[in-house]
Parts: sequence; structure tokens; C-alpha cells
Amino acid sequence: MTSLILQVASSQLPPNSFAPFMIYMIVKMLVVFTVYLVGVAMLTLAERKISAWIQDRHGPNRVGKGWLQPAADGLKNIMKEETYPAQANKPLFILAPMLAFIPALLTWAVLPFAAPMPLPWGRMDMVFADLPIGFLYILALSSLGVYGIVLAGWSSNNKYALLGGLRSSAQMVSYEVAMGLSTIPVLLLAGNVTMNSIIAQQAVQGWNVLLLTIAFIIFLIAAFAETNRLPFDLPEAESELITGYHTEYSAMKFSMFFIAEYANMVTASALMVTLFFGGWDIPFTLWDNLAPYTVAKSLLTLGFFLFKVLFFLFFFMWIRWTLPRFRYDQLMSLGWKLMLPLALIYIVIVAFGVLALDAVGMPRDRWYGAPLITLNVVLLVVLFLVLDRGRLVSPASHRARVEELDRLRARRSRSTLKTGTEG
Amino acid sequence: MAIGIKVMHRPVEEVSYLRATLSGLGHTFKHLIDPHKVTLQYPEEKWPLSPRWRGTHRMLTTEDGKAKCVACGLCPTVCPSNCIKLVPGEDEQGNRYPLVFEIDEFRCIFCGYCQEVCPEEAIHVGRHYENAEYSRDGFVYDLERLMAQTHPVCEMWDPSDEKGQ
Repeated sequence: MTSLILQVASSQLPPNSFAPFMIYMIVKMLVVFTVYLVGVAMLTLAERKISAWIQDRHGPNRVGKGWLQPAADGLKNIMKEETYPAQANKPLFILAPMLAFIPALLTWAVLPFAAPMPLPWGRMDMVFADLPIGFLYILALSSLGVYGIVLAGWSSNNKYALLGGLRSSAQMVSYEVAMGLSTIPVLLLAGNVTMNSIIAQQAVQGWNVLLLTIAFIIFLIAAFAETNRLPFDLPEAESELITGYHTEYSAMKFSMFFIAEYANMVTASALMVTLFFGGWDIPFTLWDNLAPYTVAKSLLTLGFFLFKVLFFLFFFMWIRWTLPRFRYDQLMSLGWKLMLPLALIYIVIVAFGVLALDAVGMPRDRWYGAPLITLNVVLLVVLFLVLDRGRLVSPASHRARVEELDRLRARRSRSTLKTGTEG
Repeated sequence: MAIGIKVMHRPVEEVSYLRATLSGLGHTFKHLIDPHKVTLQYPEEKWPLSPRWRGTHRMLTTEDGKAKCVACGLCPTVCPSNCIKLVPGEDEQGNRYPLVFEIDEFRCIFCGYCQEVCPEEAIHVGRHYENAEYSRDGFVYDLERLMAQTHPVCEMWDPSDEKGQ
């Protein structure tokens, strides 16, 4: 019976009948979904542990030496009472946590996480759907995440939640622009929007983080804003908005927002790895990218992919426990007045660079990246040493005119209501 | 009346947010890998208490297991919060002993006067702080309970020996 459905096929080619394809798909879905959700749960533990270590504490170490803490938290949240605020829009109130969570999961449909695995019934591609529009699909879905937060803020009938929702919509729209523009240089180099061609390009020419460093920096910062992580967690700024959009949520619905935040982090990390760190590519070698595929190759590349994603997840947490939150106007001015122009200028520079390299007849092989790397080093020096002089993130006084500042200071010295000592 | 606006002077031309961020990351990473942690693992580890710590009471006993108290009535007299209830009794030999000796630990302010005033060194405040009961009545300690306590007792401050040596 099994042999009828699962025809033995060439292990290097995709399965030639429908049944093995479906079975592969279901197995991949189950495995990835399970690993993803367990991983997200463990991330909550990792966050607490890393925050503790950074602050010279031990972190959770009671429930099963700390390892069972996520299970205990989950159990607690399931047992707790679900409360609904008076006058809340109940359908939207229930819908919002789902909307926050689902786009993060859906993004995984197009992310390749290992080299294809040869099996007796045909090759198993380690991606759910290698969509021809792969990359655009991700951009489209990651914008959907904002709906969960905005609807949560609005349907709660709470002023703090509403403000959090408003902030998040403004923030996400602002940084979406910079994020989208920062990925155009990647597309310029890859010449295609499918994830596999982006990875193949990086395997040949070197990782995009070296070739397109500025684009990576912009993408990284925008990813922090998109996932609502510190230093851009203004939608849930505790000091001003209690907890922003999820103020009114309790029990498992709150937990859904929590999970959604970590799921978004995983997705953003995987995206960064795929676009700028070569996806599942093993650096300095080409054998892992070329046929014939083997199971060992597949597992090894999977390991590399996981390692890179875990590094970025750690980086997200590391940043969170290092930087304080931005002020709202700093966030907006950084997004619109710095990241957006920088991304646009960078697109022009890279476009001209690619044009020039093609004009001199440079083949798109492993040395293609060398001139681009040189270009990036120059641009980085400009960015770090010239541009970043109190202009990237500035105190409020910096934007006021000099005479205005003097007038404010003079008024203060006359005032009887002093608000502290002059710095 | 204009309200003063605090305008901080910051040397914005000299600072770099990116480089400051990198140095901050380096600093937090140093703490991340630093094996020295400051947390005290409470139920397993405890800070040492001061020898003068005044906690819940304890009644010392003689060798034959009786309370040292002679029901002289000094401690209820001196007690500023009036939390000691003492009913004296007398046996056939004419020795006084407490029929009822109760301390309401909720009323007690842990001044330690009872210990200081006691001529028999019977009642002591203890070096102990982990108290929990299911009801408020549980905090009225009777004589039996006071005698059953085993925790170390307070060493009172002595003016002639200021450092408690």
C-alpha cells in the first residue's frame, strides 16, 4: 500500500507524484510549527535569563532548574481568568491577539531553512513554498502585524491602550518604509525576489552583510522597530502607557501578544539571516550549495541556519537590556529624517556601483563583492565618524534654534518655578 | 508667570550614538559573562543577622524544663505597647510562677524592654524573622509556645561594650 502511494523516485529531483509532496509538506509543517512554538517558549526563558545575567542576577532557577519556567508560565496563563473590559468591542478584542500572532507564523512559509534533503521518494525542499514573489510576500505580511496591535488598542476602550495602538501604527508605518527601501540593494545584487536566488547569490559573491553593510544596519534598526522591541518599544512604554495596547488583556490573550512578540523576533531574525547572512549557506565554501544533495549536508546547513538565527535572537535581547527607550520624537525623526534618506541614497550608490561594475565587464563571481566591500568601508567611516555627531539621535535642545535656546534659558533664570539644576 | 523650562546642555557635536551603543553593548556583555552574581538564594542562603536583632520572643527554661519566669510583673509594666498578659500564681513552697503568660506579637513593637527589665533573664527577644500563621490568633504566643522556640536570642546593647564584644 505504502509503495503504491510513495513511488520510489530520483532522490535528487522533486517527487514526481502528489502523495509524497503532501506528506513532505505535512511533516515539515508539524516539525517546524512544533519547533517554532517550543522555541518561542524557550525564548521567554532566554530573555529572562539574559536580562538576569546582564544585571548580575541568576534569573529563573526554581521550576525544574529554570527549564520548566515557560511551561509553568503557560500553565498559569491558561488557568487565569479572562477579563473583558466594559464597553470593549468584543469580537475585535478577541480577534486582535490572533492577528498579532498569525502573520509572524505565515512568514515562515517562504523562508528556506536548509539545503534540500534527498529522500527515497524524491527531494524534499527545506522550504514550504518557494514562491516566485517570495520576498514581496514577506514584506506584505510583516505589515499585517500592525493590525493586531492597532485593533487591540482600539477595541480595549482604554485611553492608554488606544495611545499605544496609535503609536505602534505610526511607528510601524514609518519604519516599514525604511525597511522596504533597505532591501532594494539586496534585490539589485540578486536580480530576483525569490529567497533561494538571494541565498544562491550570497553563496557565490559573499554575504550581503559585507557587500551591503549600510542596508543591513538600516534593516536591523527597522527590524527592532517592526518587532516593537527596545529601544523602540514605544507602543508598550510602561513608564507612560502602563503597557500600551495590551493593558486590558489578561490570561492567555495577553500571552498571545507575548508569544507574538517573540514569534516576530524569530521571523525578523530569520529574515535578516536570509537576506544578509547567506541564509543556510556555510561561509567560505560552495560545496554545501551545489548538487548532489545529501542528508548530512542538509542537516549541517540547518544547523548553521539555526545558529545564525539564534545569534540574532540573542542580539535582540542583548540590545534590549543595553539601550534605554527612545523618545517619541526621536523615533520619528530617526525614521523619517535619517533612515529614509540614508536608504534612498544608498540605493542610488549601490545602483551606480552595480552599473559601473557591469559596464567594466566584471563577472558576477566571488570577486564581484570586493569593490562593493571597499565602497561600504568608505561609507561606514563617513557614517560613524562624520554623520553620527549628535545628528542621529539628539536631545530636544539640539533641534531648537540657538537664539530660541538662549531665550528659554533666560526665561528659566527669571522664573521662580525652577525645575532642577541646570546641567 | 512663565514656567521655567529646563534645557540641558549636552555636547551633541562630540557624541556618537552608534559608538556609544557599541561601548554600551560591550559593557553589558562583560556583565553577561561575569560569573559573579549578587543574588542571595534566599531559602537556602541567608544573610547573617545582627547580634542585636530583636524578633519574636522566646522564654528560657531551667534544667528541669520549667519557665525561668517568676511572674514578678516587671515586663507587662515596662511594655510600651501593652502586649504582655501575665497572671501570677504561687505553688505550695511559695514560689511564684506564671499561670498565664501571653505575648501578642502583633501588638509588640520589638523594643526589647521586656528582656532588658527581666531580673531572671527569662523572656528574650529572638534573632528570628520568618513568621507565618494562617490566622491572627496564631500570633498570640502563649507560655508553652514561647518555651518551645529554639532560635538564638538577642544580645542586648551594652553601654560599656558598645561594639557588642
